[in-house]
Amino acid sequence: METMLERKPGAPQPAKTAEASLWYGAWRALKKNKLAVIGACIILVFILCALLAPLLKPEGFDAENLSARLKPPSGAHWFGTDDFGRDIFTRILYGARISLWVGFSSVTGAIIVGTVLGILAGFYGRWIDMIISRLFDIMLAFPSILLAIAIVAVLGPSLQNALIAIATVNIPNFGRLVRSKVLSIKEEEYILAARAIGMKDSRILLRHILPNSLAPIIVQGTLSIATAILDAAALGFLGLGAQPPHPEWGRMLSDSRQYITDAPWTVIFPGLAIALTVLGFNLLGDGVRDALDPKMKK
Amino acid sequence: MPEPLHASKAGKGREDGRDQKAAVGRTVTASQTVPAIVRCKIRKRGERMLAYSIRRMIALIPVLIGMSLIVFGIIRAIPGDPALAILGQKATPESLEQLRRSLGLDKPWYYQYFSYVKDLLSGDLGTSIRSGAPISREIWPHLAATIELSFVAMLIAVVVGINLGILSAWKQNSAIDVISMVIALVGVSMPVFWLGLVEQWAFSIKLGWLPSIGRDDIRDPVAAITHIYLLDTLLSGRLDQFWEVVRHLVLPSIALATIPMAIIARMTRSSMLEVLRSDYIRTARAKGQKMVWVVYKHALKNAFIPVLTVIGLQSGLLLGGAILTETIFGWPGIGSYIYDAIQFRDYPVIQSGILIIALMFVLVNLIVDLLYAVFDPRIKYK
Repeated sequence: METMLERKPGAPQPAKTAEASLWYGAWRALKKNKLAVIGACIILVFILCALLAPLLKPEGFDAENLSARLKPPSGAHWFGTDDFGRDIFTRILYGARISLWVGFSSVTGAIIVGTVLGILAGFYGRWIDMIISRLFDIMLAFPSILLAIAIVAVLGPSLQNALIAIATVNIPNFGRLVRSKVLSIKEEEYILAARAIGMKDSRILLRHILPNSLAPIIVQGTLSIATAILDAAALGFLGLGAQPPHPEWGRMLSDSRQYITDAPWTVIFPGLAIALTVLGFNLLGDGVRDALDPKMKK
Repeated sequence: MPEPLHASKAGKGREDGRDQKAAVGRTVTASQTVPAIVRCKIRKRGERMLAYSIRRMIALIPVLIGMSLIVFGIIRAIPGDPALAILGQKATPESLEQLRRSLGLDKPWYYQYFSYVKDLLSGDLGTSIRSGAPISREIWPHLAATIELSFVAMLIAVVVGINLGILSAWKQNSAIDVISMVIALVGVSMPVFWLGLVEQWAFSIKLGWLPSIGRDDIRDPVAAITHIYLLDTLLSGRLDQFWEVVRHLVLPSIALATIPMAIIARMTRSSMLEVLRSDYIRTARAKGQKMVWVVYKHALKNAFIPVLTVIGLQSGLLLGGAILTETIFGWPGIGSYIYDAIQFRDYPVIQSGILIIALMFVLVNLIVDLLYAVFDPRIKYK
C-alpha cells in the first residue's frame, strides 16, 4: 500500500503517519516513565559535566599540587585529592568526557557495522548469511570482556584500541538483532509489493527495512552504552585502556588502589561516577524498551 | 518447538495414576500395560533427548574451530614482528630467531594452525615464555581456583537472585518489591572491580571481619589434592582450614555474584509475574494450597525457563568478571594468570587462558541447553 502511494507525490502517506504515531506514542510513554526520566537527567548532568569541564575547571585535569597529596574531601576539594595532589572532582569532570565518548562512539561503530552485516545476512541469505551468522556465533562464544582483552592485548594498550575492542565485541549483538528483524520484515506483503513494482534492493533496504528495524536498535543501543562504559572502565582498570595522566575513571580506580586504607575517597568517587552513569543509561534503556517494544506494554 | 501444556494433560496423568493403583488388585494385564506405555514414552523421550544432545554437540564443532582460529590469530595479529613485541626492543637477533622458531612463526600460517590444533587435541597448550614450563601443567591450579570461585558466586547469584525475584513478584508494588528491585538495578550498574575494592575497604580494612586477599591462610597453607580447596580441606579432614577457605571466598564471590544476581532477580520477577497471573496458579490457590507451596512448587517450575537462559548467558559475564575480581582479591585463578601474562607479554599463556575460559563458557551453555529439557518437558527436540 505504502509503496503504491509513494508513487504519487502529493498523496497522503498513511504508513508515515503510523510511523510518526509510533515514535510520538513512545516519546509520551517515555516521558511518563519516572525512572527513565531520572536516568535521562543523570545522563544529562554527566553530558553537561563533560562539555563544561574546561569552563568549570580551567586549570585542567593534570594540575598537580604535591603539598596537598591525599587530602580528604573539603570545600576546596569536594572529592579530595589523589597521590599527586590533583583534585579528584576535576578529574572526574574531565573523565566524563572519556567515558561518554567511549560509550557513544563504540556503540555507534558497533551499530553501523552490525547493521550492515545483519542486513546483508538477513536480506541476501544463503552463504552470506551462513558466514556472517557463524562469525557472530563464534564471537558470542567468548565472554565479551575477555574478547575485548584479547583484542587490546594484540593491538596494544590505549584508549583508541579499547574503543575498537569494545565496538568489535558489540557488533554481533546488533548484527543478530538486525538480521532477525530483516528476516521477519522481508516476508511482509509491502516488501513483496515494493518488489513487484520493480523497486531496487538498495531502495527497499533504505526506505523500508532499515526504518522498521530502528526501534530494537535504539533499545539495544541505549542499554549497550551502559555496558560499553563498564567495559571501558574495566579495561582502564586492567591498564589496557586510557593511559596516564588521562583521567579515565577505571584507570583512576586502579591507580588509587594502594591508597585505599588511608584515602578511600580516591577510590569511592571515581567508582560512584561509573556506577551513576551506567545506572543512568540502564534506567533510560529500560524506559526506551518499555516505550518502543509493544510486547512489554501493559 | 515448545508445545503448550494443558492443565487437563497434567490432570489426566494423575487420573491415570489413580487408575493404575486401582487396577493393581484387579487384573494382571492392565497393571502391566500402563507402565509399559509410560516406559515406552520415557524411553522415546530419552532417545530424542540423546539425539538432540548429539546434534547440539555436533553444532558446536564449527564454533570450536572458529574459536581456535581466533585464539590462534592472537599472536599472528600483533602488528609488526610478534617476536619483537614479546621480547621487546632489547632482544638480540639470535633470541628473536629462536622465539620465532619455537612459536613456529617461520612457517606458513596454515601449517602453523594445523600444528596448533594438533597440539591442542593432544593436550599441549604450548610453553609459557615467562616460566618456560608447559602451560597444560601450570594451568590446572589456576583453573581449579576459578572454577571454585565462579561456582560459589553462581550459587549465590542463583539462590539470592531467584528468591529476591520471587519475593518481588509475590509482593508486587510493595516496599519489599521496590527495595529489592532498586538493589537489583544498582547491582547491574556497579563495576565489579569497584564493588570488590569497596568490600575490601569496608569488611577487611575497616571492620577486620574477613581476609582481603588470597585463597587460604598463608601461615597454614592447604595441601592441594584437587586444587579445589573446599574439597581438599574436606578430603584431608581439616575443618579449621575449610572454614578459613570459606572466609576467603566470601568477599570475592559476593563481588562476582552481584551483577548476575541482579539480572537473575529482575528476570525471575518479570517471568514470575507472568506465571502468577495464569489460570493454573489461580486453580491451585482456589484449592486452598498455601501461597509458598504454589509459588515454589508450581510457579517457579514454569518461570524457571527464561531464568535458566539468563543463567547461561550470565556465566559468560561471571567468567569475564572473574578476571577483574581475581586481580583485586589476589585470587590465583585463571584471570590472574591471564592478567600477569598480559603484563609480561606472555602470549602463549594469554592464548591458552582465553581459550580455556571460552571453552568453559561454551560448556556451561551446552549444559544449560540440555537442562531445558529437564525443567520443561513441553520442549520438543526435533
